[in-house]
Amino acid sequence: MMPFQPVMLATDALIFLLLGLSGGFAWYARRHAHLRAPWRRVARSRTAMGALVVIALYVTIGLLDTLHFRAASGTDEQGNTRYAGEILSVLDLIATPLREQSEKTYSAPFATHLYARETIELPQGGQVRDFPRLQWGGAHLADPLADRAGDILLRTLLGIGIGLFAWLLLLALLLRRSAQGWRQWWSDEESGPQRSAAWVGLLMLILVGLSLTLAGAYHVLGTDKVGEDVYYQSLKSIRTGLVIGTLTTLVMLPAAILLGIMAGYFRGWVDDLIQYLYTTLSSVPGVLLIAAAVLMMQIYMSNNQESFNSLTERADMRLLFLCLILGVTSWTSLCRLLRGETLKLRQLEYVQAAQAFGVGHFTTLMRHILPNVMHIVLIVVVLDFSGLVLAEAVLSYINIGVDPNTNSWGNMINSARLELARDPLVWWSLLAAFLFMFVLVLAANLFADVVRDAFDPRLRERS
Amino acid sequence: MMAYIVRRTLYAIPILIGVNLLTFLLFFVVNSPDDMARMHLGAKRVTVEAIQQWKAERGYDRPLVINTSAEGMRRFTDTIFFDKSLRLFAFDFGQSDSGRNIGHDISQRMWPSLAIAVPVMLVGLLVNITFSLLLAFFRGTYLDFWGVVLCVTMMSISGLFYIIGGQVLLGKLLNLFPISGYDVGAHAWKFLVLPVIIGVVSSIGSGSRWYRTLFLEEINKDFVRSARAKGLSEQRVLLGHVLRNALIPILTGVVVVLPTLFMGSLLLESFFGVPGLGSYTIDAIERQDFAIVRAMVFLGAVLYILGLLMTDISYTIADPRVRLE
Repeated sequence: MMPFQPVMLATDALIFLLLGLSGGFAWYARRHAHLRAPWRRVARSRTAMGALVVIALYVTIGLLDTLHFRAASGTDEQGNTRYAGEILSVLDLIATPLREQSEKTYSAPFATHLYARETIELPQGGQVRDFPRLQWGGAHLADPLADRAGDILLRTLLGIGIGLFAWLLLLALLLRRSAQGWRQWWSDEESGPQRSAAWVGLLMLILVGLSLTLAGAYHVLGTDKVGEDVYYQSLKSIRTGLVIGTLTTLVMLPAAILLGIMAGYFRGWVDDLIQYLYTTLSSVPGVLLIAAAVLMMQIYMSNNQESFNSLTERADMRLLFLCLILGVTSWTSLCRLLRGETLKLRQLEYVQAAQAFGVGHFTTLMRHILPNVMHIVLIVVVLDFSGLVLAEAVLSYINIGVDPNTNSWGNMINSARLELARDPLVWWSLLAAFLFMFVLVLAANLFADVVRDAFDPRLRERS
Repeated sequence: MMAYIVRRTLYAIPILIGVNLLTFLLFFVVNSPDDMARMHLGAKRVTVEAIQQWKAERGYDRPLVINTSAEGMRRFTDTIFFDKSLRLFAFDFGQSDSGRNIGHDISQRMWPSLAIAVPVMLVGLLVNITFSLLLAFFRGTYLDFWGVVLCVTMMSISGLFYIIGGQVLLGKLLNLFPISGYDVGAHAWKFLVLPVIIGVVSSIGSGSRWYRTLFLEEINKDFVRSARAKGLSEQRVLLGHVLRNALIPILTGVVVVLPTLFMGSLLLESFFGVPGLGSYTIDAIERQDFAIVRAMVFLGAVLYILGLLMTDISYTIADPRVRLE
């Protein structure tokens, strides 16, 4: 009997497709010097390498959250394995304590007691209004007031230790060198980017270590209204953010590339038609178009509920649909850029020569135009990413974003903003969402800048 | 010049028709009015009569494009397409799903939107130009480097954080301004200060970085070198030559958003409870009032196209090198 049954959601499939495409592109780029060169420039940038490590950690967590399965829940009479209805991911499995240890309601980060007073029945009879102990957070402490600080300190040190140890191990495995080689690596200019990657990596590993030692025993970022761990929610939101940031561009790419280069290459009525199409689409304000489309999707989904097997699948379809809508509103700018670039390229000698030799339009487009506009596509994909991650939060705030059941930073902010009127302030959900989002977007922005500078020769000449 | 403007205006007509068709498809063809009624009435087992009544009250009970039961011109005018879509061209927005006159609402709510959007734009422009000019003056130094780092950091912060953080810090903890609300007359400024500050601060990151790039682009041009060569001071070069030339792309960037200022800022208005068009739109989205959303989609597109038109014209006025084809 299989202990689990793999589940492939629609977005999972697209993520794997995206991974495959990136892998293929990397393999292709390795074999072509003109593509290798800009990546070398990226690799020589300290900022880019540091940012890349942060992005890698986010992607790892997101990928762990993409491997979905149903756990076996027993066997039926015929001896067939039955599977639970709930769809889990590998990340859920790793973070089981975080997922299951939920409290009654709000509690502050590292708290041992609830946020609100409650009537507690005393063992010797009678009642008292006090802050009750949390069921899980700091439950291992005998006397929370006295022991908590020491316990947290101990666990922090242990977490840092684990992170440091893992870092040294990783460093030794990745860069096998002699003592002499280490000293050189430490000081010379050339390995600067590697060193900054290593420092950021140390920080990330310490954070991982800290979550190992602290997150199981405390709610490190507190709990929300229904007592769910905020740290767990923030981790789960990573996948949503990454999906919105990457799949949106993936789904719009085929249309944008095809129409863009066709408009620039064929000109004439094809150009007019395509220009008309994207001018019309881009003249509707993005938010409103998204709102209209999402409202329509909500109607469709509420009238066709039977076509979704589970809440997870429904939420996933909604996420995918949101990517599609965002894609429809964002392909126009790429299309316009590609059209402009193709207009320039088709005047160049090698395209003219190809035409003179009687090469067909399709071959010319594929062999001569497409490879030469790919750098623009890459730049746009990388630049759009951070904007899309930020857009998700705003859309979820207006209730036209992801499904309310999906974990996302936008949903966290949306449900937490109503609590700002409370006194004392419930700030941890908001801060957690903003912090997770900020780190990802900052890393993406820094990385995107370097990629743009490396791939756009016009910018390089100027600086 | 006149011929050019006329041609550009004529070019806007097919685009508006396209937008109109798009909204019609999105709102009436993807989902039928029956679906909308069912969604609004909520209950799973809603009666056919209730749906019919809901549609009749809002005029959704007619055929989509061709009314076969009517005579003459009414075959085409007594339809949803004519009544709900084509009337938008005359800026006749009709009734909202809850029975209010949308055109009247828009004309009322436009002013609070402008009261926030115009100061945000003007102050933002001033702050961003000053800051980026400073960065351009100190280009290549540590000040420039950390200024750009600051810009990138500020760009990476969610707009929601600026709003919520500003409300909590300046409104709640320091108690400087009312957290939300709106007033007309002498006390209006009290409610406007906080949203304007937040609107400006959240634009600094991307705005200043973009302007800095524009300035640096101009600084490397030949006429700037000539200006230096003839002995002008750095200040005069920056203010007299670089700023003046970089102002062309900056101002045309401003012109394109001028008409859309009427639409207001969705987030600022809804967080601060300003009764403008932005919060109107958000409320409509949350109440799923399709009539209002439809009207705003069309209005937004019209204003955007108007912005493009104004940009083209302002280019020719601001930069004599631009020649009209």
